[in-house]
Amino acid sequence: MANFTPVSAAIGGVLIGLSAVLLMLSTGRIAGISGIFGGLLNVPGEDKGWRVAFVAGLILAPVIAGLIGYGMAQPKLPSSWAVIVVAGLLVGFGTRLGGGCTSGHGICGIGRLSPRSIAATIVFMVTAVITVAITRHVLGG
Amino acid sequence: MWIIAPLVCGLIFGAGLLISGMVQPTKVLGFLDIFGAWDPSLAVVMAAALAVSIPGFMLADRSARPWFAGQYFRPGKSGIDLPLVAGAGLFGIGWGLVGLCPGPALESLATLSPGIVVFVAAMAAGMIAHDAWQQSRLTAQRDRQLAGATDG
Repeated sequence: MANFTPVSAAIGGVLIGLSAVLLMLSTGRIAGISGIFGGLLNVPGEDKGWRVAFVAGLILAPVIAGLIGYGMAQPKLPSSWAVIVVAGLLVGFGTRLGGGCTSGHGICGIGRLSPRSIAATIVFMVTAVITVAITRHVLGG
Repeated sequence: MWIIAPLVCGLIFGAGLLISGMVQPTKVLGFLDIFGAWDPSLAVVMAAALAVSIPGFMLADRSARPWFAGQYFRPGKSGIDLPLVAGAGLFGIGWGLVGLCPGPALESLATLSPGIVVFVAAMAAGMIAHDAWQQSRLTAQRDRQLAGATDG
């Protein structure tokens, strides 16, 4: 557990929870990123303003952090483009079919004590752990 | 002025992902790798977020309407069904392959990393494919019902 960072994890977690609660109290919306982004992709223009504003804030956060000297490191991704594309497709299709992702089900749904979100979170945690176990320990790399 | 609220919420959410390190795929994979050098940080992030969101949502339940909107837009579905389980299962596989879920992926667009741009494009394609598939299923279902009505 050499990489465990409980203090920064707790501070970050409080901010994520605060954001979800503030979005609900102010606009009445669920802070589920897959739902917010998915709603932007629909052709008929329905309530896109708040979605654009939220995503803009999300992308601006590291830009502002960089300006005050806490620049974000380049994310480390697999070298295979095929893996990146397949993973992106699975995340996009799966979150739409399952109605949420780590934020929508994991933070907001469980935050509302929804059995549906608790089930979804258990399922995606289990398949993700199995996937990592296979790619890192069975296939190696 | 109401548009400031979701903008600020996005900023706070992004700050949370940055500070916690969850914007980095290696950090997320460290949590998912329970058979390796396990890093429980993601569990602490979730626990801390829920410690705020559970009482926060209870507070929202008590107020009649949000500050800047006419009503609360709460998810309507409550049952656990096959699409929920299948969708969550597929999402988990994609999440485990790269260590990116939608929030960190969108936030990382700020780094202009080509890999992130490709991931987000593929994620958007997956979402559009799902919505098109649902739409065609609904259309086919309606056609069958119409055909059934004429036959009867």
